[in-house]
This record gives sequence, C-alpha cells and structure tokens, in this order.
Amino acid sequence: MIKEIVSTALPVDERLLIRKNVIKGGKGKKRFCIVTGTHGDELEGQMVCYEMARLVQKHIDMLDGTVEIYPALNPLGIDTIQRGVPNFDLDMNRIFPGSEQGTMAEQTAFRICNDLKGADMVLDIHSSNLYLRESPQVRINVLNEEDLVPFAQHLGVDFVWVHDAATVLEATLAHSLNSTGTRCLVVEMGVGQRINHYMCCHLVKGIFNLMKEMGMWLGDIDLTDITTGPLLQPIRCKGNRVTFLNADCSGVFLTDARTGKIVSKGQSIGTIVDPLTGKVLSDVTSPIDGFLFTIRAYPIVYEGSLMARIFEYNEEEKQTVENVSAAEQ
Amino acid sequence: MRKETIFKMKSTYRDDFRIEGYWFGSGEKTACIVGPMRGDEVQQQYVCSQIVKVLQEKEGRGEIAEGKSILVIPSCNPFSMNVGRRFWAMDNTDINRMFPGYDQGETTQRISAAIFKHIEGFRYGMQLASYYVPGEFVPHVRMLSTGYEAIDEARLFGFPYITTRTPLPFDTTLLNYNWQIWNTAAFSIYAGRTDHIDAATSQQTVDAVIRFLYNTHTFVNPSDEAPVQPGFNSGFINEDNLESVTAHHAGIYVRKHTAGDSVMPGEVLAHIIHPYDGRILEEVRCESGGLVFFSHHRPMVYQNALLYKIKTS
Repeated sequence: MIKEIVSTALPVDERLLIRKNVIKGGKGKKRFCIVTGTHGDELEGQMVCYEMARLVQKHIDMLDGTVEIYPALNPLGIDTIQRGVPNFDLDMNRIFPGSEQGTMAEQTAFRICNDLKGADMVLDIHSSNLYLRESPQVRINVLNEEDLVPFAQHLGVDFVWVHDAATVLEATLAHSLNSTGTRCLVVEMGVGQRINHYMCCHLVKGIFNLMKEMGMWLGDIDLTDITTGPLLQPIRCKGNRVTFLNADCSGVFLTDARTGKIVSKGQSIGTIVDPLTGKVLSDVTSPIDGFLFTIRAYPIVYEGSLMARIFEYNEEEKQTVENVSAAEQ
Repeated sequence: MRKETIFKMKSTYRDDFRIEGYWFGSGEKTACIVGPMRGDEVQQQYVCSQIVKVLQEKEGRGEIAEGKSILVIPSCNPFSMNVGRRFWAMDNTDINRMFPGYDQGETTQRISAAIFKHIEGFRYGMQLASYYVPGEFVPHVRMLSTGYEAIDEARLFGFPYITTRTPLPFDTTLLNYNWQIWNTAAFSIYAGRTDHIDAATSQQTVDAVIRFLYNTHTFVNPSDEAPVQPGFNSGFINEDNLESVTAHHAGIYVRKHTAGDSVMPGEVLAHIIHPYDGRILEEVRCESGGLVFFSHHRPMVYQNALLYKIKTS
C-alpha cells in the first residue's frame, strides 16, 4: 500500500510528495524500514528499494511483519541531480529531527522522523557522493556500538566502521532515531549518480538475512535472478585505524585502484598530473599495509581533496580482510 | 596598512586561490573583521570594502590607538563569488561550516584552518554573515548562546538590536561558535541584505563597526573630519521569542511589508497569489503587531515557507 507521509504545495501546480510502500505479511508486529534518497545525488538505494519491493511482494508468504520502503526522502533533489533540497542551504541530513515550526525542509524532516519512530529497524542507505567510491559499509556512532554492531554483521557488507561521536553528526537522521530508541543503521556504498548492480543485489541479500535474524523473514528465498556472492563476516574497524590520503596539490588524479582490495605500504594508488605541462605533480602511494575501502571517483582535485581511505588491520583481522578482498567483484 | 596573504592554493584551471588580509595599526590583536565566506554575500563584500577604506583613512590620520591592531579579511572565498556560486564551487561545501578547520583535511577544512590560525587570539571578532533562509533583516548583531557570548560588548555597536539563539549540533562548526570557545568576543554582523547591495543598510553596518572600534578604544578620539555617528541603545532579542509567520499556501508572494516596517496586530503582510488565475489564495497576516525583523524576499514560495519574523511590541 502506497502512503504519503509528506504532501506540501509548491508554487506552481505541483506538490512535494514523499511516499512509502507499506508491505505487510503474516501476523508479526515487527517493522523494518528502508529509507534512502536524503541526498539527491545518491542513487544506489533506488535499486535496493526496487529489488526489495519486488522480492518481498513476490515472496509475501515468507514475510512475518511489515516492510516499509521510502525510496526518496528528498525527491526534488533526486529529480534535479542536487545533493541538497533545492532552494534550501542546509544538508538535509544535518537538520534532523527537524522542526514543526521551521522551514519547509525542517518540517519535512520532522514528519519523516516521526513517521519512522517506533520501527524495529531503519536502514538508511547512502552512496557516498560524486567524488568518492566506497566499499559497502555500515557506519555506526561509537555511542551505539554495542546495540547496533550485532545487527550490522548480518548485512553482508565489507566493512563496519565504528566512528567517534561528533557533535555535528547529532543532526543526522540516524542519530536522531538512535538517540530516541529507534535503531537505525547507515549503509554507505558505491558512488554518487551511479548504480552498482552487484553491490545493490548483495545488500538486498544482506537485508533478507538481517530480517531473518530478526524473525521477520521465514526461511531463505531464491535469489538466483539477482547476481550476488556469499555473505561474509565484515571487517570491523574501531578507533583511529583509518588513514586518509588527501591531495597535496591541485591537479587531475589518475587511478585504476579499486576499493575492497588489500594494498601494501609504498604501493601506487595513483598520480596527480598537470594536463597543461604534461608533468606528474604527485605520486600517491599507500603509507601503510591496509584495506582500501574508499577511492576518489571524480578526478579533479584541489589541495586537500580526499583521494583514498585505508584501514590498517592487525594480524588477528588478516583472514577476514583477505576473505572480503577475495570476494570483492 | 599592511597586506598579508592568509592562504594561497594553486588551481589547475584557474588563477591561484588567495585570501588576503589587511592589517592596520600594530600591537595587541584587538579586532578582526571577516568578510564573505559565501559567494553570494555581495552586501558583505561591499561593507568590507568600505570598512577597509575608512580604516585606511583613519590610519593615515593617526587615529588608530597605540599598541592595537586590526585585521580585515575582505573575502574568504573569492572563487565562489567570481562564478556566482554560494558555496565552494568544486564540492558545494560551506567554509563557514568547517571551523576550526583541519590543515590536513579536505580543501574547505584547510581553508578554514588557515583562516582560523590567523584570526584566533583577537579580543573582538566580527563576521559579516548571512542567513540560510533568503531574505532581508533589520541590521543587527547576532551571537550563539554558548555561555561565552559577549552581550555587553555587543551593545557597543549601537545597532538597533542584538539577538542570541541556542546553537544546534550543526552550528558547532560555525566561526562564531569556535571564536567564542577560543576566547574571542565574537559577533556575527547581519548587514540586512545578502545578494544585492543596499546603500542605507550597508552604511548603517559600516557605521556600527566604526562605532564599535571607537567605543572599545581601538581608535583614539574621533576627528572633526570623521565624526562618529550616534548609535542606538540596542534592544535585546532571544530569537525564540520572534513571532514566525509562515505561508499556508504556495504561490506567488507579493510583499506588502519588508524588514524594518512597523505593523499592527492582524495587518496584512503579504498576499499569496495563484500562479495561473491571479486569485488571492491567502492574505498573510501577523497575529501581533510590532517590527518586521526578517522578511523572505524570493517571489515564489512553498507551502509552510517562513515568510516573516516579527519582533512583537
């Protein structure tokens, strides 16, 4: 059943509509929400929503509870290829829980947050941005580590990143929900403005696995019509073990490096070149042995632009990293 | 006057990105004035240029107090202004949401870090800022309530109003917030307009900054050539107490009142017009009378858009 959770008039013969698809099965009371499209330039979640809506309805007899799918929290942004809400300055994922008395975007955030409250799980799917390509990962605020990591492990992502608490992140949808008792996992994967079929299908498989663990999905479904690999134990990262590679000069960043791969200290990640003079301005190499999970996708860089993130794993984690790296498509 | 390059960065396709500072006087880091961080803050750019002009004249006449120095950074973001973008053109990030910055981080974090390194430690910090909702204000000085806000000193501008508001989590990366935390009496100056230049409100803002510098003894006594304009006994407003007036309908917004107007209880502030047949969909009214403190100024409005903020009588 399609429900409108926001309907606001726009100036000329149009309404801003935020819709969800509510799919119920069995007698179970659990509610699993999949939300995406907060940033209009992130599209991976669109395919995940499509596959989930298709497969849950196809196998409705296996659902014991409610699945709610919200493909577009920022429909105007998606339609205009803008990260933010058109005509609004602030990042939508920095204004939660919103305000009933605020601007249109703040009121929208308020209604979204209220609609999601009380769910047993909210999965908030992001796909980096135009500039960076990410391995499939779940990001968890350290404050919610104990509660959320056991759920995240079932999603089949490459990487679970437990990051430090930052005040600025208190205005995200995930923080607003987690801090008021509604569990929310944030998935980051792929790159902005594109859809990686394999990653999306793999996450779909992980979502069914998580729902099964939560007692909402009865048994295994046949996923032979989507391409995916085995669900592996994710690499788990906590603390200050991620190295950021930022550009030391402006130029064009050329790379053929891929995410989800092990890199060794001194290995080339790419070069920054000057197209005018034909000179290499900077050789970018890995400063550590590690697991490359972020690589720059947009080639133009300014001094400081992020080019890569590498996780420094220890001996104990080596096997998990090798498994994930070997399975990476 | 002494020029100093605060930050310089090479660009592959454009001229070097430069942030320039103008120093006046010498000695204690007394007052710092920071200009636009966003590319549409043209009123703020104009105000900065006029402040630099006045300061050059004052320095020439020996009117800057002994042992005190003033730094003006007329623009923190010439690149965005030159291409008509509000935020950093490459990735749409906001320099004013990156403080205190990080010199090993992303580009706008590095810019913020370089700026902050130069401007921390001043006794007084003034930023010519703009609001995230498009519109016009009564010129005023604004502060985040951090526990360190310097309300008494804010009165020395002689603006009609001083406002404070409680910071949201997202606000902890603003310059005003970080300046306060690092022991500078920080003031965000709202010069009334943003994307166009208004002679009256820009002059009012220049006068207020000059008045503040006199009142803090950063200048010696005013000369007859440049008397100090008298200021207001500033009213204090907690922004939570401003009455918000929103649109119940979407459509074409025709203003009847703008910032600075006095209005009566129930008075019509604007009409919302149907974009096809011209019907008046709504007469936008204020519940209470008072002063129009903020007025939305774009011609098309969404349903529930914030149109006015009224300082009630």
